[in-house]
Amino acid sequence: MSLSLVILTPFLGAALAAGASRLGRLHAAWMAGAVTLTALAWLLPLASAPFAGQTVVQRFSWMPAAGLDLAFRLDGLSLLFVLLILLIGLLIILYARYYLSLNDSMGRFYASLLLFIGSMLGVALSENIIQLLIFWELTSLSSFLLISYWQQRTEARNGARMALTVTGAGGLALLGGFLLLGEMAGSYDLSVILVSGDAIRPHPLYLPMLILVLLGAFTKSAQFPFHFWLPSAMAAPTPVSAYLHSATMVKAGVFLLARLFPALSGTPEWAMLVGGVGLITLLAGAFIALFQHDLKGLLAYSTISHLGLITLLFGIGTPLAAVAGVFHIINHATFKASLFMAAGIIDHETGSRDMRRLNGLWKFMPYTGVLAMVASAAMAGVPLLNGFLSKEMFFAEAISARTQLHFGWFLPAAVTVAGVFAVAYSLRFIHDVFFNGEPINLTKTPHEPPRWMKVPVEILVALCLLVGVFPAISVEPILAVASIGVLQGPLPEHDLAIWHGFSPALGMSVIALIGGGLTYLGRQPLFALYERHEHRLEAKALYQRLLNGLFALAGAITRRLDTGSLQRILFVFILSALTLGLAGFLSASAPLTGTRPQMPMDGVSLLVTLGLIAAAISAVLQHRQRLIALIFMGAVGLVVVLIFIKFSAPDLALTQLSVEVVTIVLLLLALYFLPQQSPVETDPAQRSWQMLLAIAAGGGAAALTWAVVTRPYETIAGYFLANSVPGGGGSNVVNVILVDFRGYDTLGEISVLALAGIGIYAMLERLTLDGPERDAGGRAWDPDRHPMILSSLTGLLLPLALLASIFIFLRGHNLPGGGFIAGLITAVALVMQYVANGVSWTQARMPWNMQLLIGLGLLIATLTGLGSLAFGYPFLTSTFGHLEWPVVGEFELASAIAFDLGVYLVVVGATLLILIHLGRMHRTHRSALPQKPHQENG
Amino acid sequence: MEALIALIVGVLTACGVYLALRARTFPVVMGLTFLSYAVNVFLFAMSHLTIGQPPVITADAAGYADPLPQALVLTAIVISFGMTAFVIVLALKAYAELGNDHVDGKEETGVRRQASGHRGPL
Amino acid sequence: MNLLVIAPVLLPLLAGILLLLLPQSRLSLHRTLSVVAVAAQIGLTLALMATVSDGRILIYALGNWPAPFGIVLVADRLAAWMLVITALLALFALLYALRGDDRTGRYFHVLFQLQLLGLNGAFLTGDLFNLFVFFEILLLASYGLLLHGGGRRRTRAGLHFVVVNLAGSTLFLFAVGTLYGVLGTLNMADLAIKVAAAPPENVPLVRAAGLLLFGVFALKAALLPFYLWLPAAYAYTSASVAALFAIMTKVGAYSILRVYTLIFGPEAGPATNLIELWLLPLALATLMVGMIGAVASTHLRQQAAYLVVASVGSLLTAFGLNSSAGVAAGLYYLPHTTFAAAALFLLADLISRQRGVMSDRLDPGPDLPDSRLLGALFFITAIAVAGLPPLAGFLGKFLMLRAALDHALLPWVMGTVLIAALLGLIALARTGSLLFYRVNPEAETEAPWPTIWAETTPIIGLLLLLLGLTVGAGPVFDQSRMIADQVLQPQLYIQAVMNPGGTP
Repeated sequence: MSLSLVILTPFLGAALAAGASRLGRLHAAWMAGAVTLTALAWLLPLASAPFAGQTVVQRFSWMPAAGLDLAFRLDGLSLLFVLLILLIGLLIILYARYYLSLNDSMGRFYASLLLFIGSMLGVALSENIIQLLIFWELTSLSSFLLISYWQQRTEARNGARMALTVTGAGGLALLGGFLLLGEMAGSYDLSVILVSGDAIRPHPLYLPMLILVLLGAFTKSAQFPFHFWLPSAMAAPTPVSAYLHSATMVKAGVFLLARLFPALSGTPEWAMLVGGVGLITLLAGAFIALFQHDLKGLLAYSTISHLGLITLLFGIGTPLAAVAGVFHIINHATFKASLFMAAGIIDHETGSRDMRRLNGLWKFMPYTGVLAMVASAAMAGVPLLNGFLSKEMFFAEAISARTQLHFGWFLPAAVTVAGVFAVAYSLRFIHDVFFNGEPINLTKTPHEPPRWMKVPVEILVALCLLVGVFPAISVEPILAVASIGVLQGPLPEHDLAIWHGFSPALGMSVIALIGGGLTYLGRQPLFALYERHEHRLEAKALYQRLLNGLFALAGAITRRLDTGSLQRILFVFILSALTLGLAGFLSASAPLTGTRPQMPMDGVSLLVTLGLIAAAISAVLQHRQRLIALIFMGAVGLVVVLIFIKFSAPDLALTQLSVEVVTIVLLLLALYFLPQQSPVETDPAQRSWQMLLAIAAGGGAAALTWAVVTRPYETIAGYFLANSVPGGGGSNVVNVILVDFRGYDTLGEISVLALAGIGIYAMLERLTLDGPERDAGGRAWDPDRHPMILSSLTGLLLPLALLASIFIFLRGHNLPGGGFIAGLITAVALVMQYVANGVSWTQARMPWNMQLLIGLGLLIATLTGLGSLAFGYPFLTSTFGHLEWPVVGEFELASAIAFDLGVYLVVVGATLLILIHLGRMHRTHRSALPQKPHQENG
Repeated sequence: MEALIALIVGVLTACGVYLALRARTFPVVMGLTFLSYAVNVFLFAMSHLTIGQPPVITADAAGYADPLPQALVLTAIVISFGMTAFVIVLALKAYAELGNDHVDGKEETGVRRQASGHRGPL
Repeated sequence: MNLLVIAPVLLPLLAGILLLLLPQSRLSLHRTLSVVAVAAQIGLTLALMATVSDGRILIYALGNWPAPFGIVLVADRLAAWMLVITALLALFALLYALRGDDRTGRYFHVLFQLQLLGLNGAFLTGDLFNLFVFFEILLLASYGLLLHGGGRRRTRAGLHFVVVNLAGSTLFLFAVGTLYGVLGTLNMADLAIKVAAAPPENVPLVRAAGLLLFGVFALKAALLPFYLWLPAAYAYTSASVAALFAIMTKVGAYSILRVYTLIFGPEAGPATNLIELWLLPLALATLMVGMIGAVASTHLRQQAAYLVVASVGSLLTAFGLNSSAGVAAGLYYLPHTTFAAAALFLLADLISRQRGVMSDRLDPGPDLPDSRLLGALFFITAIAVAGLPPLAGFLGKFLMLRAALDHALLPWVMGTVLIAALLGLIALARTGSLLFYRVNPEAETEAPWPTIWAETTPIIGLLLLLLGLTVGAGPVFDQSRMIADQVLQPQLYIQAVMNPGGTP
């Protein structure tokens, strides 16, 4: 329970801190402190367990099916980190309270800081590695907020984005690695993983897994070549740097190495990758640090170097090396945090961090100077300070490790060189800043910081000394449990004495100290050298180039793919569809032609077919002359009608015919507004490709048709034929299917029509177009819009047409016909009125609201369907189906007819709505004119 | 006879596809109409074509055509009618909004203006 | 028979009709009715989900005609899952629309309800041709909604969307026709039986039809190379519609899952796992292309649209693994990615309105009046969309990769998914810092609308849903696993449909 609270508290506290800041500037700080102390309080009752050699695991079920539980673990290693996070966190909170200026938002700062603290605690306390990864990524996200705190500064934004990108990428790699790791260990729980080393190391996927995991660790711990994000992150407020880059964020990487040490270490790959990268980072960091002019820059690179040192120690892989690694984690946290704070103070009180301008501060701030000197001495590894002890162990390990390496002598030599540079840049940090002449045009005159701002530094420096002088009593206990936590086994023999006698390690320390001093004295030529080759060492520039390249590439690809051309979209779609169909057909072998006996071909059909083909092709050839093309298309439509008649489908013929009429009318209306011709614009090459595709598609369709119709098949049709009269009460099976067997389809179909009507209505609103004054041939349109003959003729026709539609409607259930066809006939008849007499005239006599008609139709059809529910039958059951009386005809009629009536109304409504509004669209004064007399009496 | 139907479907499809790939809305609409012709005939042909046997139950019928595809085609016709109507109006709306009838609303080229003459007086 | 099965279809239909009959002037009445209907729908679908949660498959034989002759609705776990997600999404999209999107044109609420009719019908139907019919309904409704309000770019995008989908419908009919012509039935369960028993001479046609059908669904789902219609369509329509459309691509994904597990699934004889070879590579490519598009985007809405493409990619990657674990992962991921995308579209609208003339262009703009609130919301939404911890998107990715561990293409899947995630991170980090950090004082803001809390509530609501998916990951994932198990045993479905007596 309480472990989860340790983590939960800061997350909840973040909200509190944000809220508290509304009450007053400093409330946020106090709140943050209180929250951190609370978290500490939750931990204390359990803190003794690791010392007693126990590992506390608390678990809540979350996603058991995926092996993902909320599981928390407290052993020596996690205890060490939790203490580092919380204790240094407290110091940071205190420090920041004085560091932040009046125009910085305290609430935002402390909220983000608490989020980060919570995430770090989560990493340290996770038992389940997937959960660990979740917190891992949360540290990246919350550190983004912290680094970008001064968002108005470009370097802050870029630094934050860079840190997020690099560490986030590492996190993703880690996800892959952990998945593989979990697969090998058979669990995501550390308690299982840490004991399954023997199963993991020989696993075939060990190397990819290792690489993915190390990518995560190295990016987080700013190991070469991913180190560049750390210096850029220095744009953050110094308290953030002091926290993230001493004790927490960057330590998460080495924490992971320590955490998985028992499971992954002990293979040549591990030694090669971890040791190698660590060594390179150690050297590169130490070297570059010397040449930084920015105080924080120097500290940043020294941090990188020290992280490399720790990584190298874990890479060496011996238990003792691991202990040394843990020890240096502690020491580095203490002296580096204090150094960052000191740098912050200097920056805060002088207004500059540039060591070329900061000189001789000793006389202004001697007290801070002393603190800084002690801390940097610790960093350099001067005896009687904690840094010295872990460095000694490190050197010793380097020497003992040489035996199992080729070029064994190389390792001690290299680390000594690194030591030399460490001493050199530590010297520079002190000498350049506090001595070395007078300060150069500082913005403000330096002075000691407020009392309480120094306290955190004092505490940390005191620790450096304490550990340095009395290691055995001060640090030994926690180091021991932490090391046991790392090794998950017995603690190797080690002795934290200051004096081990004249060991080679001591010699290396001496060389480092002397060499460092000399290097610093003779630094000028080195600086010149560095200036000349600086650009070569800029991994950051490389990263920027990569990123810019990525954006450019992505842009190019996207523009290439998505040209926003409909022709292209359609072309791709049809081509892909063809490919799919063809692939499907060829994926199994059978002849195209089936075995079904074929019908004889008669001359008439042949002629009709040829006619259709001719019409279709001329429609295509003439498509630029739109009216002519339209006429040809009409002809095609009529031939289709003939086909339906020929092959015993009277209903289809009727429907197709009426639809054809209305469609053509629509297209004519549209053509009235649109240009009469299409220009030539697609270039010939493109056109021929399109023609090729068209022919291919046609061929495909034809082949498909041929293949199907020449095959024998048995269908469910028999059922419909058998049940149409007895079950559906109608002898026109097609109609019975429409209103009964598949009435649901029809309901959907009229919904589509209704939607079309409504959609068009909504679209046409406020839309007006200019009709042409003259036709394509330049002839003026006849000003008399409503010729008398037509109007009077339609006047006569209307009743007849309506009668006909009623007749067709009523007989529909038994003979070809039905609501749909009737509806279209009615619609056409009514439209004729509009064509003949004009909108206003007809509106005056037929003042219905078409939307209402549509709604009514849908309603009737739906209610008919619902009617059957009343009888306890499913939706759309025809009444006939369950009232078996001789007089049934009436009842049957009642239900099916009602449904068909709905269809009828929707069709009439939708069709008229569309046609009328298209007619209305014409923006002109003419329809507004008073009607001519002969129209009134027409 | 089957060959003719196959041929018809093929030709209608080819014409439809070619027209649908034009750069102006009107031919595209025509192309889509052609495609609906094609697919309607195709669906209809899935009843494996019977002559002189309408699916209307009578005492003296020799046999019946498969009624289901006919019903499907009917539905398909209605739906494609609604769709065609919609896309026609959409073409007009596009013409009004984009100022030309290019499917991508491209600005008119000099060639085109005299090709497709008159726009009404504004 | 259980009314719950048909209710999700009838409710929006009746609501739509009612809204159509009500006078247009009574906007407030329309709004109330619309919201009530959607709320009721949430209740109904949840009830349905509860009913089928014990593994029952409910059949509703319309017109009382037995399968395969009549049309049957089939409510199994998968259908119920989709219905619930749709209803929840609809509520928040609708609430946002009340902000004014529904005032820019006529009949918004009618179209909205009929859109839901189409969606729900598609999820419930057990008949292939009926699926076509409801596809048409949801498409026509979506045309209406997409074009709602009009405008130059919106109209052009709409034209492309409509024309492409009409071509798609034609393809659908060719495929259905072929299947009927060869197998003589339309009921999906019956088709499954007939496909499995197809004689060798018919196998090529069946397979061809099956792949043509895949083309249709791939178009709906915006799978590569059929995705090209999506970016403009989603980027230029109104925010609430774009948010609702977050489910539209999932209809395609649903159809793919349904048809290629049931009809061309593990037990389909000569057409077993018909699209196995196609789906996974295409899905991975789609994921990549989508994320690349998101990186390249110059406008926030465009970026959101490309992220929708990417989300389809990862969803179908999960389905494409063609394993129970994969499908389960996908089904867990589906609601998250849907809600997250919707939230992003809504948020993009709020942001762009506050940026005045800059709108949603990804360049340094003015300092937003509500930068704190919007920034926080964007940070969370971005985390959700990019699939970063701790939200369900990350869990979905984890489940997906976990399911891929024993797949032959593991390196490809893992590589693509992880790199795509990195691209998403880069893209969204850039967007966030451009929108909220890089303030350009020169950028003039012509009276940016202030954000009212009421406007952010739909977004917060969606984010809370995401939180629920995360906290309740256990039960939700168990649900997804049960769905997956049911879906991958087509026999259950076939049994339920073909002899309804056999099922309790």
